[in-house]
Amino acid sequence: MTLTAEDWQAIRLTLALATTTTALLLVLATPLAWWLARTRSPWKGPVAALVALPLVLPPTVLGFYLLVLLGPAGPVGKLTQALGLGILPFTFSGLVVASVLASLPFAVQPLQQAFAALGEAPLEAAATLRAGPWDRFIHVVLPLARSGFLTAAVLSFAHTIGEFGVVLMMGGNIPGRTKVVSVQIYDHVQAFAYPQAHALAAVMLGLSFAVLLVLYGRGTASAGR
Amino acid sequence: MDAAQLRPGAEARIEARFRVAYPGFTLEVDLDLPGRGVTALFGPSGSGKTSLLRAIAGLDRHRQGYVRVNGALWQDEVRFVPPHRRAIGYVFQEANLFAHLDVAANLRFGWQRIPPSERRIAFEEAVELLGLAPLLTRLPARLSGGERQRVAIARALLTSPRLLLLDEPLASLDRKRKAEILPYLAQVKRTLDLPMLYVSHAPEEVGRFADHLVLLEGGRVRASGPLQETLARLDLPLASDEEAAVVIEGTVVDYDPAYALLAVKFAGGTLLVPHRQEPPGTAIRLQVRARDVSLALTEHADTSLLNRVPAVVQEVRVLDAAHALVRLQVGPTPLLARITRRSAEALGVRPTTSLWAQIKAVAVLS
Repeated sequence: MTLTAEDWQAIRLTLALATTTTALLLVLATPLAWWLARTRSPWKGPVAALVALPLVLPPTVLGFYLLVLLGPAGPVGKLTQALGLGILPFTFSGLVVASVLASLPFAVQPLQQAFAALGEAPLEAAATLRAGPWDRFIHVVLPLARSGFLTAAVLSFAHTIGEFGVVLMMGGNIPGRTKVVSVQIYDHVQAFAYPQAHALAAVMLGLSFAVLLVLYGRGTASAGR
Repeated sequence: MDAAQLRPGAEARIEARFRVAYPGFTLEVDLDLPGRGVTALFGPSGSGKTSLLRAIAGLDRHRQGYVRVNGALWQDEVRFVPPHRRAIGYVFQEANLFAHLDVAANLRFGWQRIPPSERRIAFEEAVELLGLAPLLTRLPARLSGGERQRVAIARALLTSPRLLLLDEPLASLDRKRKAEILPYLAQVKRTLDLPMLYVSHAPEEVGRFADHLVLLEGGRVRASGPLQETLARLDLPLASDEEAAVVIEGTVVDYDPAYALLAVKFAGGTLLVPHRQEPPGTAIRLQVRARDVSLALTEHADTSLLNRVPAVVQEVRVLDAAHALVRLQVGPTPLLARITRRSAEALGVRPTTSLWAQIKAVAVLS
């Protein structure tokens, strides 16, 4: 059983989506997680709950609201049109936006835990050793929270590869533009092309396992040191 | 910006004023401390010692505060210099080493952030001073508590601070580890001309290092003065403690190898102390406990006590039904004697009485 050209296209698209989403998430989730880990603001609770929503919501709910918001009649859709960006649903950019939101808790929560575990002590020590705020973040926080960053990146990547509902709602099914592996498998099954579905599903299984092994395999390796 | 602002001839001072309301207590201090030597911030836990030290470092930012250290203004009503711009070294209770860096990289962390022209201590000098050469490639997780604290002290020194702040650096260590670090701290004090604020609730550390003593109680300054004077003040709780003691600064004048006795001259007399030989001229700090001092109206030569000095009573304070505390003056040097009330009455001990203080034991502090 071999993969068709369309299967390969879906795999490439999925990897591109997961990479873009992970990169964006690390940039966006870091300040958000930093704020959540350290703030005493009354907004902490509501914001944390909002970030965690994608964990419990059916992906179709998230996808549906995004479709409404970003669609031609939605407020964000009107804005993107006014800015000359067109509308996002059924585009790769739309998929990226949806994936970032769907995977947000997978990036924010490990980072928040890592930052909270760090505590004030090393930061205060660094401040008394003449390190300013950015210097402290780059030379103390980043290295000490590196396992949090690895967890956030791996989980975001793996979760984006595995996302189905949000992607289907937002991106539909356009080969080469928005059709990712999970949707492609669904189409194969709908068409009773079980051998095709098997081949692609096995690729997904192997890929997901390999990605997670980066995270969990590391624990035992360092424990043996 | 530090030394430049200190006009020639201006006296080096550390000034700190704070008024901060915490839940449960208010820190309200107005301190004007000597800009040289070691000042101990002493008091029971909860008296505000650590809060004060953190405020001086700028680690906690308070609206009502004023800090000026040897000419450099760090904080007033309008200005607040953040901690990373203050020329401080800070040693925390827990060493707070960076877990991801080895000892050498921990030491270099602050050192490499100082412009070379402002470095007043060489890397090798700090390593030597704290005995760290064999540890340089180790990670903090592979150090003992005492070793970690030595690294933390060296790391702070390598920022060439104008003021070294130490927050109970020995508190988290057991007796053995403490004894292991004390000589290093003494060495730092001897070698570097660096003002220090030393937070402690351990009288032995204070007696050993401090030149000036600030007694904190419930967020307020109960007393602030030279160590010798302050330890002998009868109105302070220090003197009524079982372990109350005075500190005497002296100089070695002689050594009797036959009996292993060191003769130490101080302002007011000479004391003989069992000790190993030290070269004449060595500055030495002695401790005399109040309960090791007894009083006599005449000089008794027929006693096993080696040290008898003429003294004048300055003040007598009744401690309880059985005990009284007597503050004496031996020349200009204050001395405390803890005796029974009955003896005090029998001898007629009252201010201006001249008598002999017989000292049972003298400890060498440093």
